[in-house]
Amino acid sequence: MASTETTRKDTSPKGTSPGDASPEDVSPHGDMAGLEAGLDALDTVQTGRTPLRRTLVQKVLPPVVAIALVLVVWQLLVWAKVTDDYKLPSPGAVWAEVSDAWAQGTLLGYIWTSVSRGLLGFLLALVIGTPLGLLVARVKFVRAAIGPILSGLQSLPSVAWVPPAVIWLGLNDSMMYAVILLGAVPSIANGLVSGVDQVPPLFLRAGRTLGATGLRGTWHIVMPAALPGYLAGLKQGWAFSWRSLMAAEIIASSPDLGVGLGQLLENGRTVGSMPMVFLAIFLILIVGIAIDLLIFSPLERRVLRGRGLLVKS
Amino acid sequence: MATTFAKAAESTPAVDHAARIAHVSKSFVTPAGQQLVLDDITLDVAPGEFVTLLGASGCGKSTLLNLVAGLDRPSAGSIETPGGRPALMFQEHALFPWLTAGKNIELALRLRGVPKQERRGEAERLLGLVRLEGSYGKRVHELSGGMRQRVALARALAQDSRLLLMDEPFAALDAITRDVLHDELTRIWHETGLSVLFVTHNVREAVRLAQRVVLLSSRPGRVAREWRVDIPQPRRIEDSAVAELSVEITEELRGEIRRHGQH
Repeated sequence: MASTETTRKDTSPKGTSPGDASPEDVSPHGDMAGLEAGLDALDTVQTGRTPLRRTLVQKVLPPVVAIALVLVVWQLLVWAKVTDDYKLPSPGAVWAEVSDAWAQGTLLGYIWTSVSRGLLGFLLALVIGTPLGLLVARVKFVRAAIGPILSGLQSLPSVAWVPPAVIWLGLNDSMMYAVILLGAVPSIANGLVSGVDQVPPLFLRAGRTLGATGLRGTWHIVMPAALPGYLAGLKQGWAFSWRSLMAAEIIASSPDLGVGLGQLLENGRTVGSMPMVFLAIFLILIVGIAIDLLIFSPLERRVLRGRGLLVKS
Repeated sequence: MATTFAKAAESTPAVDHAARIAHVSKSFVTPAGQQLVLDDITLDVAPGEFVTLLGASGCGKSTLLNLVAGLDRPSAGSIETPGGRPALMFQEHALFPWLTAGKNIELALRLRGVPKQERRGEAERLLGLVRLEGSYGKRVHELSGGMRQRVALARALAQDSRLLLMDEPFAALDAITRDVLHDELTRIWHETGLSVLFVTHNVREAVRLAQRVVLLSSRPGRVAREWRVDIPQPRRIEDSAVAELSVEITEELRGEIRRHGQH
């Protein structure tokens, strides 16, 4: 133990020769700086990136195995003829549906119709939900007035908004956006509110002593401190946008609206094509997962890692 | 009643105090009724002076520091800090985890109004002052406890206040690290000529650092006694002169605490 200390002292030139040592430097014990350098070196956390191979084995392999297992069980159930063909199509039949839609060039169209609606709706919800959340979090009167309603709205299934939206706005895209907004805005606003509520009071006090008060305090301290909660709200907001949109598309289909994934599902039911229904369900699921994996998870990981909140096992 | 942060005009001659606490009382409303925490505290900190406030828990020493920092208002009396808004360092480092060490310091500079192009250089200089050159880009969680407190000190110095308030800043550190930081603080105090008001419950720490130790009684907090510490700096916490005075002060502190057990 003692020898380690000595070696560190000798090998760290930084501590023993401070560039700004003034003539009045009162540290008499010259080894104090060396001691300090040693402490710094011993206590500093080393962080590195996981190698690609480990990532593949730890993160990619397990879900692939799980999916393969589901496919195998599914095929076994079909072979065992647990139910009629029209109720449970084989994986092969669903795959044939996929390649048909791909060959006809409609597959990407279905996806894009829904994804573009979903993302645009989500962005609108973001623009409305963020200032709303900030207002509720920071202004006592506003919080008392609409805070409970806002968190109550979160538990209201957005399907409930489809009938009134159709009556108010008709069967068109604005109806879809209205349903998305009613589903996603409360999530985003609530995420920001809880993010702000969880800002440690110490940060606010530290900010105030540095002169960050009022709007400057909100911008420099509250917003960045609330970012993890806000991101969690955005993630949930996306999930709500996507769900609301699907509800709207399934219930309100009209030829003018174009075929999104919800309509595809409804069409499959109408023509009695179970492979088409399965295809639609899978696509809805995959898009939901993909957006989360491609946008929100990396964003969240980046923020948490930057703050040392992501514990690596 | 008022807490004033008037920045001393450049032309006026130096004021004779860095902080003037005059007849300050503070009470809080609790479910049990009005509770008096600080009772008629009068205390001056001279420019360039290092004062430690010593007391048992519940003596209101942190409350007093908050009042001087302007985070709270006294119930009676007045506090003047002619050097502008005092800088404050907490027991927890209170660094912002979304910023790097350097950017934490730059935020303080920015809030003080330092132009953008000067901030980087100034932050590097301050990091050098606490012997952390090369840590500009480090995230807070990548630093050890001692390094975090040194960055926090650099950030406090970035406020360019003439008065530095410290609220048990080294209480959570291990003994060796604390020792090193005592050295650093004494060195920086000499180099910058700051006035320091340092709160602690650690008698030896108080004697190791200060020119003057002020003992507060508990519930309510009153100035119980003061000691001038004439032991020449640099001192070590294990110096016999430090130990001797610490024994005397500890006796007094114990007496203060005992009085509370008697009724």
